This record gives sequence, C-alpha cells and structure tokens, in this order.
Amino acid sequence: MNLNLEKISDISVVKINEERIDAHNSGELKEYLLQMIERGEKHIVVQLEHVRFIDSSGLGALLSGNKNIIAKSGKFALSNIQQQVMSMFELTRLNRVFEIYTDLNDAVKTET
Amino acid sequence: MCPSVIQVDVIIPTQTKYLDLIGSIGERIAKELDNFTGDREALAYQLNLVLTEATVNAIKHGNDNNPQDTVRISIHLFDQELNIKVYDHGQGFDLATVPVPDFEQPKESGMGIFLIRSLMDSVTYTRQEDCNVLEIIKYLK
Repeated sequence: MNLNLEKISDISVVKINEERIDAHNSGELKEYLLQMIERGEKHIVVQLEHVRFIDSSGLGALLSGNKNIIAKSGKFALSNIQQQVMSMFELTRLNRVFEIYTDLNDAVKTET
Repeated sequence: MCPSVIQVDVIIPTQTKYLDLIGSIGERIAKELDNFTGDREALAYQLNLVLTEATVNAIKHGNDNNPQDTVRISIHLFDQELNIKVYDHGQGFDLATVPVPDFEQPKESGMGIFLIRSLMDSVTYTRQEDCNVLEIIKYLK
C-alpha cells in the first residue's frame, strides 16, 4: 500500500496515497497501523484525502487501529474523508466510533 | 424508446487483486445508465461496493484446495432491474444465519453481507448443481 508517515508535533500522520482500500490491500494497512502501535506510537491521524473507495475490510483495518491504540491509552483519528466514503461510515454507524476531522489542520489543532 | 439492456459476464481467478476490476465495472454501468434520475455518484459507489463485497465473499468461500478455482460474476441490466449473480464453488453458507452487526461494539469483520443487504433490494444465496449463487437485485428508479 502506498502511504506516507509524517510527524506533526507528537502526532503521527498516516497519509494514504491510494484511491481504493479493499480486501486486497486492507490487510497491509491493518498490519502497518498495528506495527506503529507496537512501536509505541500514541497518537495517530489517518488522512484519507485520496481515498475514493473503501470496503468493509478497509473499515475493519481502521477499526483495528482505533481499538488497539485506545487499549494502550492512545488516540486515533481520521481526517479528509470524501463524501461517498463518509457514507460508508454513516451506514455502519462507525462515524460514532471514530474521531473524524474535516481536514488535517483541524485534527492537529484539536488533538494537540 | 428501447429498454436498456446490458449483460456482462466475467470470470476471474479467486484472487483479491481483481476486486478493483469487478467494482469498476459496476461503477461504469451506473455512469452509463440512460434513464436513471437518482444520485448517480451514490449508485456508482454502491455498485462498486456491492460487487466488491460479493466477490470477496465468493473468494473466501471458494475452494481453497484448488488454485485453478474461479469466481464468475454476471451482471444483467434489463429496463429498471439490475441483477447481479456471483457464483462460487465452495462449501457455501447459510445467509439466514448471518447476523446484523453489533453497532455498539463493532467488529473488524462481518459487515459485508450487511452492506449488500442495506444497499440493495433483494439478496439470496442458493445452492445449484455444482456451485452456489449469491443473487442481488436492485430496482433502479
């Protein structure tokens, strides 16, 4: 999976550079987030600006990151979700589970 | 005016790298519909998603012991009815026992069938002679 990791203050920003997260690449995303959490990252924001499609396994990978970091008293947030992708979070009620920000500035401002 | 008729039949190996191809076909069909007055972008996403989820389902339930195993996806649009059939050669499962997800304590998996049911008008899963068929119908208004 094509993604970038950037550090802003103490926040690790994971920018997904894929248009599509599905069962073909979601395992890789899940593993990547788990390894970050294992390394001791306490604060992750996943930026979904370029993602125009996500399936249930992609939602599952993000949910796994969210659960695992919260279990270690960390924080997990999503930003820049496109409209159609957002509708998937709404349909599965996962918009009530995740911290969601309109853009990265918002996420960084609120979370720091 | 002639009714819209589109028939697409695709056979793929049981590999997830083909999901994008299958989903994209649904998305393109939504964008080409002649008489659809609803939200075309939303329908394009929904067909992409439903085809992706149904194909993953068939790959998962496919015959693990056979590397030559395939999934067949058939999309048939006639007038205002879109009919999708996804065929697998695995053991099959009982659609009636697939639970609705627990929204208070969401799990990482098990949302695929829920999404298909939520977005489409009819979903059935039946055993045929040598395969299983997940049949999905959407009425396009």
